[in-house]
Amino acid sequence: MNCFLEFQNITKTFPGVKALDNVSLGASKGAVHGLVGENGAGKSTLLKILSGAYTPSEGKIVINGETKLFSKTRDAIEAGVAIIYQELNLVPEMTVAENMLLGKWPRRGVFLDRQALRERARVQIRELMEDIDPDTKVKDLPIGQRQMVEIGKALLHDAWIIAFDEPTSSLSRKETEHLFRIIRDLRARGKAILYVSHRMEEIFLLCDAVTVFRDGRKIETFETMEGITDNILIQRMVGREITDMYGYRPREKGAPLFEVNDLQGPGIREKSSLSAARGEIVGFFGLSGSGRTELMKNIFGAIEKRCGEIIVDGKPVAVKNPFSAIDHGLCLCPEDRKYEGIIAVRSLSENINISSRRHFVRLGFFLNKKCEQEGADRFIEKLHIRTPSRDQFIGNLSGGNQQKAILARWLSEKVDVFLLDEPTRGIDVGSKYEIYQIMYGLAEEGKTVIFASSSLPEVMSVADRVVVMCGGTIVGEVDRKDVSEETLLSMALPKG
Amino acid sequence: MNRIVEQQAESAAAAWDLKKLRINRFLQNIWANSGMVVVYVVMFIACSVFVPYFFTLRNMIGLALSITTIGMIACTMMFILASGDLDLSVGSIVAFSGIIAATVINQTGDVYIGALAGVIGGGAVGLLNGTLIAVFNLNPLICTLATMQIVRGGAMIVSDGIAIGITIPEFFALGNESVFGIPNPIWITILIFIVFGILLNSTSYGKNILAIGGNKEASRLAGINVSLMKNTAFTLQGFVCGIAGVILSSRMTSGQPNVGLGLELDVIAACVLGGVSLLGGIATIEGLLAGVLIMGTVQNVLNLLNVETFYQYVVRGAILIIAVLLDQFKQRNQSAVMR
Repeated sequence: MNCFLEFQNITKTFPGVKALDNVSLGASKGAVHGLVGENGAGKSTLLKILSGAYTPSEGKIVINGETKLFSKTRDAIEAGVAIIYQELNLVPEMTVAENMLLGKWPRRGVFLDRQALRERARVQIRELMEDIDPDTKVKDLPIGQRQMVEIGKALLHDAWIIAFDEPTSSLSRKETEHLFRIIRDLRARGKAILYVSHRMEEIFLLCDAVTVFRDGRKIETFETMEGITDNILIQRMVGREITDMYGYRPREKGAPLFEVNDLQGPGIREKSSLSAARGEIVGFFGLSGSGRTELMKNIFGAIEKRCGEIIVDGKPVAVKNPFSAIDHGLCLCPEDRKYEGIIAVRSLSENINISSRRHFVRLGFFLNKKCEQEGADRFIEKLHIRTPSRDQFIGNLSGGNQQKAILARWLSEKVDVFLLDEPTRGIDVGSKYEIYQIMYGLAEEGKTVIFASSSLPEVMSVADRVVVMCGGTIVGEVDRKDVSEETLLSMALPKG
Repeated sequence: MNRIVEQQAESAAAAWDLKKLRINRFLQNIWANSGMVVVYVVMFIACSVFVPYFFTLRNMIGLALSITTIGMIACTMMFILASGDLDLSVGSIVAFSGIIAATVINQTGDVYIGALAGVIGGGAVGLLNGTLIAVFNLNPLICTLATMQIVRGGAMIVSDGIAIGITIPEFFALGNESVFGIPNPIWITILIFIVFGILLNSTSYGKNILAIGGNKEASRLAGINVSLMKNTAFTLQGFVCGIAGVILSSRMTSGQPNVGLGLELDVIAACVLGGVSLLGGIATIEGLLAGVLIMGTVQNVLNLLNVETFYQYVVRGAILIIAVLLDQFKQRNQSAVMR
């Protein structure tokens, strides 16, 4: 095998966890190598080792025949490695040019050579077929362009190995297409590319070879994509066969439960109304920026709405802030799990009980630790949360398990209306399936589930009814039986 | 026959391995959860053995007495830091409430009213801090920097810049008399540690404060009344500073406008030594106690060894840096699992 980049028998152990177990893998120049697996399967750890953030417990990295030992990220950068993370590593307050050449700003004497800086950035931007002013601050760019800046930065640092970690999770369709063009271009220029994604269609679109991980072990490397299907990959990833990703369970609709009338507020430009019944799962579909997240936050009182009425169980309720929303039986699982959902430095148990403990504190104040522990253990078992114990920091768990913990937070509360904003974003196939099952279960208990998603197949397969949003307002509704990709997309695309 | 012996030997070895693993994990847990407590225990034993006169009743009481002011305020500062905020005004509040207590006692002739006025005065400043920060969203650093100056100025104005001698001697009992051979301020400090330890570990308030420090937005979306929690923390801090100020004025038999200069830094240093995260979200009461004790013990030992004051500053600073480095080292080991 003459691979440009080789991982040889890499093992990485953390206290109590074997994150990688004897993994060997090779990537060639001028090829895209996909890495797939559930969250916690070891892909990210492998990238962290490549980036120098972690040192392997055993094994080595060989680049171009040379054994490399990265003890810090700088070593990896100097060896020509660049990792494009899901959460980008840019300094928001600095300009595009400054970011792209971070760490190697051109100098004239002791002073920064602004002209050269700008010029080199401009050339690189043009190569990436982008139209960005190098003097714009990064915080003012949309996410897709930020990613291009990150790629430009990699190229300016002479990267030969470029690894993408879930690069499309927050990109629009158009941005994704552009990114793919750029990746193919990089491949043509002979870069060795690693590509991590949960989206199977992307793996098939881009990759020349693919390796499947499970539980820290390499399961199989397919050197060619010929004859490989979704099902084969998913089966290898999960270790069992999933016939239907969504496993929809039909059920009877109950009495009307939840109604929003003429709501208007930040991000919701025109008066929007909707209603949902007990036992119903409603999907919000819309492109990014269509107002899905804002509508949910307005309903939940997380941002202050200007006008509109919320009715639960026939009674109008005043929702001024999240606390009063919870009191009236609403809850929200936010889109951005890391910044709005979990409290990373606290335990799984504390994250689950944060709201519901008010129902069993003694004297309105003192914790009932036994209740909290039992509650946490019950949900860990019921939702199959994979964790060493309830006292584990939630930040140590995988995304899917974090999301289940947030769901457990609300399952342990007394709420009837579940607002779930992108509940499966960045989550592996197995956990997705489990989260759909939880949603069906809630509906079967007579709760109302409203979830937002930017994935068409997901909305179409999980929801009983789809509400389409565009430009900060609700533009229409489609019943499950009438739903098709064309109708949804044509409604969701901005007119004119 | 041979096989049975072998098997027995094997299972004995396995049992021993398991035991070793358990002991190992136990030690790791102690280190991870209360590293500073271990450090202090070692330090205490070493001082007792090597520093003459250290391990005597008299010195122990003196040591405990020297950390009462820092100790009391560190309890509430822990809550402020754990919620992700900062309070620089504590030293000024201590002086301010001492002055108020002295003035009111001299004017009314009533010790209790005076003490109460001092404590309430401190609480009022805390409430002001809390309202400005939690309701009006001022930056805590800037806000308490401002109130620190305003309140110090207030103390100066009321006292005309000089100490106010307290004329009623009954008041001195509070700070200078003992119960069961232990001075009152030490009892009060112990009480405050117990109260705030319970508040941190066993109440929803403590958990809410830690959650807010860990992730403010997530806490708000989980239904926590963030601004009320923060305001409460600052108000409690004000009250405790008030108590500390009144006790200090009793010990000094006067209200002094210059007392507590730089106290805020000592208190924050003690918190950091005790493993309280400046980023918020992490704090333990036993760690805090160890932090306060380390600060006091270092000072005490340097005095016993007759180290000049100027050098003491250097040593204290160096110890703070070492403590923070130790903590970082520990966290790096932990956070390897975090990602």
